[in-house]
This record gives sequence, structure tokens and C-alpha cells, in this order.
Amino acid sequence: MSGALDARIRVRRGDFAVDAELRAEQGGVVALMGRNGAGKSTVAAALAGLAPLAAGRILLDGVVLDDPEADVLVPAERRPVGLVQQQAALFPHLSALDNVAFGLRTAGLRRGAARQRAARLLQEAGLGELAARRPATLSGGQTARVALIRSLAREPALLLLDEPLAAVDAEARPLLRTAIADRLRAFAGSAVLITHDVRDAEALADRVVVLDGGRVVQAGPLADLRAAPADPVVARLLQA
Amino acid sequence: MSRRADPAARAPRALLLPAALGVLLLIGPLVALLIRAPWGDLPSILAGGTVLPALGLSLGTAAISAGLCVVLGVPLAVVLAGADGWPAPARRLARALVTTPLVLPPVVGGIALLLLLGRVGLIGEPLYRGFGVTIPFTTAAVVIAQTFVGLPFLVLGVEGALRGVDARQQAAAAVLGAGAWTRFARVTLPLAAPGVAAGAVLAFARALGEFGATITFAGSLPAATQTLPVAAYLALNSDPAAAIAISVVLVLVSLGVLVALRDRWLRGIAG
Amino acid sequence: MSRRPSLVPVAAATLVLLAGCAQGGSGAASSSPTPSASPSLSGSITVDAAASLNEVFPELATEFQQRHPGTRVVFSFGGSSTLAAQIVSGAPVDVFAAASTKTMRTVQDAQRTAADPVVIARNRLEIAVPKGDPGKVTGLADFADAAKTIVVCDETVPCGAAAQQVFSLGKIAAKPDSYEPDVTAVLTKVRTGEADAGLVYVTDVVAAGDQVQGIPFAESDRAITDYPIAALTDSKNASLAQAWVDFVVAEGGPDLEAAGFLAP
Repeated sequence: MSGALDARIRVRRGDFAVDAELRAEQGGVVALMGRNGAGKSTVAAALAGLAPLAAGRILLDGVVLDDPEADVLVPAERRPVGLVQQQAALFPHLSALDNVAFGLRTAGLRRGAARQRAARLLQEAGLGELAARRPATLSGGQTARVALIRSLAREPALLLLDEPLAAVDAEARPLLRTAIADRLRAFAGSAVLITHDVRDAEALADRVVVLDGGRVVQAGPLADLRAAPADPVVARLLQA
Repeated sequence: MSRRADPAARAPRALLLPAALGVLLLIGPLVALLIRAPWGDLPSILAGGTVLPALGLSLGTAAISAGLCVVLGVPLAVVLAGADGWPAPARRLARALVTTPLVLPPVVGGIALLLLLGRVGLIGEPLYRGFGVTIPFTTAAVVIAQTFVGLPFLVLGVEGALRGVDARQQAAAAVLGAGAWTRFARVTLPLAAPGVAAGAVLAFARALGEFGATITFAGSLPAATQTLPVAAYLALNSDPAAAIAISVVLVLVSLGVLVALRDRWLRGIAG
Repeated sequence: MSRRPSLVPVAAATLVLLAGCAQGGSGAASSSPTPSASPSLSGSITVDAAASLNEVFPELATEFQQRHPGTRVVFSFGGSSTLAAQIVSGAPVDVFAAASTKTMRTVQDAQRTAADPVVIARNRLEIAVPKGDPGKVTGLADFADAAKTIVVCDETVPCGAAAQQVFSLGKIAAKPDSYEPDVTAVLTKVRTGEADAGLVYVTDVVAAGDQVQGIPFAESDRAITDYPIAALTDSKNASLAQAWVDFVVAEGGPDLEAAGFLAP
């Protein structure tokens, strides 16, 4: 698995249209930034297979995931893509352990083996003591970390993180950021991090893509964007 | 949490009077039934040979009907809940058809069942001529009649519960590699379980009290088709005291079963 | 089902009796068989009547209302026993016509009758079979054939009690598939072809027209049902109630006989 992403995404949702190009090198982390309603989550949905493209193409490691012109559409459950959602991050009726084991079982592991592997993954992330807990009893940070482990357990080529820190108290964010950085460092695939907080981009990403009104307004390393923001929207987003 | 702690959750005072009247309407007849019940004669009436077979039949058929409602109703509710893509008239028609038994007088429902499954019915006639199978006047007919009247309760309850399941959970399951069936069985259904349980309890209760469709479609033969409500109605003709006694048994048994089931299911969901 | 005396007639019925005595008296006083002699008749009454009267009574009511403009007779037809139970429990009914003297007796015992009941007609049982007699039923003996689908009234209602009587008279071990709550339900099951045979009244066979066929049988001679009628005590329109009773007694004969009833 490597995670080289080459996507041109055109999706229409009612009056709103997204038309964005997105590339990620293998092992790279791209921060997808923008104001509310800029189209960030729509891009994530298209990459995950939850919103089919109207036009364009998604290539991951040279494999076509969505190409309306060629009539190719790989459904979400068959894409090597992981997604950590901002809300409803975990299944409320399953323990943390069974949440992590869920994606291992769909990958073909038997129940016992899946739970064993899930327990080990939680342990490695220092979350072993949460294994039996229900999501309702976890803090925001714990929830986000378990959700991240759940997605990584399937060893996806591409990991999508949709505002993973948004549901966490400001005081808990630095710690969670560090924890996510640790996980991403050990992750071989590429990642797209959706955020409106430049501190997340600083800590986790090596490239930034700024969306506005469904279109890419600027892309490049964070330092370059900071040095020469394309417009006031970019400038305001990148203010720490 | 005490009530003082959450003043915003307090009901407006203006609602108390209609609420109290509602309680009176619900509880009053039951209280009258219990007060007028011939408690002293209850043992002899129960031992009279009519009540116990009818009670056993009622509990058995109502349980089977509730199970059938779940087996048939949950898939139906899933289809209806996923019907957002259908044209509006089709959706409205589908939902109206499902709820028809709610507004249909049960006796008319019984006639309709006869027209379909009776010996000269649309399906019943070929069944009878081809295989010698007759449905009316059998315990199966009781179960069919009860399922017919109970199904809407389950379908509506489950459909509401399914709509309440967060679409993001299903999205998460899909991205985690779950196909349509796994998403349904391991995410959607468990999350809708309280609604399924509530719907099944309602369907069971409705089946337990079913009279009109049963007497019309299944008839009344002790130990075969004579359920407790039918026995109560017949007793009313000759021995109103016995009818009251049977009704008391029906009320007590229903309350007992519903309370017990509720408790168990709620525990199951919370645990 | 045990046959203990009913516990339901209670204080309410006694109160009703006290209130109804005066009215009952005035009603009896106007019990002249010549309806034209009561010019003050107006308003409406409710008549509870056995289901088997539901063809004849509306016809008679049309005639009665023409003779007494401004009056209205409203019917509630049902199983006699159910109706009796409702009346005993205080249902606002002015006249009761039952399909058995025994059922009428429960209303009398509750002291709800304003005057002694009068028998207006008699009925006898007949075997009803669907058109064409698909079950090949020829007589009462077929009621012991378990292979045939047989329905009768429950013995708690008059038609069922009469059925039990003819079975014991004919020494027949009947094997019904269903004991129905009233004669209409029996007829419905024969009419729709669900049952091979049922025991109903002659009048029901007449009323059902060509949808069912009647098969008379000898034992029915000895299980004749009487149809008593009586005005009730707490009527709000006692004179009209009694006038209706008198009208049916004096002039209902031809219509009743046309419907298949026997003369009293």
C-alpha cells in the first residue's frame, strides 16, 4: 500500500457544486482547509465513495475508484480508504474493542481473531484500558483516538480525517494532535486532513489545499501559502 | 437528577387538566372492571374449562403473531424507510396501504381475509382445490388475523426508529468495508432495536386483544380458535359476571406480559 | 359456562325502575290497538331487536312512520343476548324485541320491562347450505361428519341453545368447526361458502335469497323459538314506545309471515 492519490472531483449537491483537484504523494498528509461550506466534507465523501462523482476521476495507486465517463464506481465498502468522521465517530452500540474489530471482521477475520488484533492495536496506542467501554462513556479525545485506530486497523491506502479535533475541548487538543501525529508517522499510506484550524495543518500536514466555494483557491506547502496567500480568505485561514 | 434540577423540562401547567382527563379515560374503565369483578367466583370461573384453554391459545397465538410481525414487518419497514428515492405518490400510497388495517374495522378485515384466504377466496380456493388446505377455522387463521392487525404497529414503529438511525453510522460502516447486508445486520438493526422491541410489544398487545377479525376469519372453537377476547364476548351473552372475570384475566395477563417484556428488552438494550 | 344469576343488575337498574314506573304506567294506559287514537305521538324511539328481525322491522317502521308523521323509529339490531346485556347495563333503549323468552327474562328480572312481553312471532331452525350445496349436506346427521365444515351459534345465544336442543333430540354428536357469536355470523360463513352447513332460522334462509339453500329437518318442530317484544321502563317517550309495540302486535303479522316467521 502506498496511497498515491490523483483526483479530480466534480460533485453537485443541489445548488452547490464542487470542482476540485487533489493530489497526495504516498505517505504524504494533505491538509484540506476552507471555511464552513467550502466543500471540504463533500470532497471527503467523494473520496470515500459516499458521494459519486458527476464528472472527473479518482485514481488511487493507479486504480480507478470513480470515473463516470468510463462507468466505473467502486463502492465505499470495497475502497482501500479509511474515514474518521467528526461526529458519530463510533458505533454507539459496540464497545471500543468491537468498534475496532468491526472493520477487521468485514476484511474476513473471524470474530476471535478480529477481537484479538483489535485488543492489540488499542494496547499499542495506549488505549488498552478502554477496550470494554461503550462510546458514550468516552471523552471526545478518547473517541477520536479509538476512531483513528478503527480506521487504521484496516490498513487503508488513503486515510480521510474529517475535523478529528473539532469535538474536543481546546485544552485537550495539543495532546490529541500529538497522538494523531504519532499514529500518522507510523502509517504507510497517505492522508487527507480536513480542518479549518491552521495549527492542525502545522502539526500534521506537509501540504495544504485551500478550498473556497467548491474550488481550490491555492495549494502548496504551508510556508509558501503563508508567504504569498492568493486571496484574503487564504490569509485569514492561515492566521494562527 | 431531580425535577428541580431541570425546570425547563417541566410540563406547562395548562396541560395537566387534559392529561388528567386522559388518564381517567384510560384507567377509569379498567378500575371499574376491577371493582366490579366477581373476585370470589374467579377461581371457579377460571376452573370452568373455558378460560384456561382460551388463555393458553391467546398467549401462544399472540406470541407467534408478534414474531411473524417482526419477521415480515422489519424488512417492510426497511424498504419503506429507504423509499425516499421513490416518487412521492408511490411513497404515500405504500405507506397508506401498510396502515390500512389500522383504520379498517377488524370485522371488515376478517371478511377481507376470507375473500383472500377462504375456501372460495382468491388464494384460498386454489389452495383448497389443489392441496385440500383450508385456512379458516384453524389456529393458523387466528395467527393470520392477529398478524394482519398487528403488522402496521410494528412497521410504523420500526420505520420511525430506522429514520432515527444516524446516516453517518451507516456511512462509517460502509467505509469500514461493510456491504449492504452487514450494515443492516450489525449497525442499522442494532441501533433500531429499541424501536423493533417497542413495535413487537405493541403488535403482541394488539394481537392479544384481537377480536373482530379473529371471530370473522377464524371462528370460535374452544382450544383451536376461541381466544380469550372471543370467550369474553360469548360469555357476555349468558353470564356477564364470567365475561368480566375473563376480561380481568386478560387485563392482568396483558399487563404482566407487557411489563415483563419491556423490562427485559430495556435491560437488554442498556446492557 | 356456569349458569349463575347475573351480578350486573345493580343499584342503577333500581333507580331506573323508580324513575320509569310513572312513565310505564302512562304508556300502559295508552296501549290502545288503534294507533289513530293517539294523536300526540311524536319524537323518536330506539328499538333494540334480534338480528333476525332486521328485514321486517324497518319495513314495519316505514308504515308506522307514515301513519304517525313526525315520529321516528331507530333500530339497533344484534345478538339478543348482547342487546339484553346492554339494556340491563342501562343502555337508553325504548323497546326490546328478543329472539328468545329466556333472553327477555334477563331483562324482566332486571325490572326493565314496562309491561309483560308479548310474543309476536315464532321461528324454527333450518339447515343453511351454500348455493348448490357443495358439501352435499342432506340432513342434520351430516352435522356429526367431522370432514364437513359446520358452524352453529354458540350455546350462550338463543340460536345456539336451540341448536343444542335439536342435536340432543336427534341424538347427534355434532362436530362444529366454530361456535359463532350470533346467527348473522353463521349465515355469513355459509353465504361466503366457508362452511358446508350451518344452523340458522328459517327467516335467515328467506332473507339470504338465492345465496343459500334451506334444508328443513324434523327435530326443528320441537325447538321453536319465541320472539317476545316489550316496551322498557326508562323510555323518554313511553307512549311512542308502547304505540310501536301495539302496532307490531296488531299489524306485524303479514310482514312477519312473509319473512318466514310462524304466527305466534
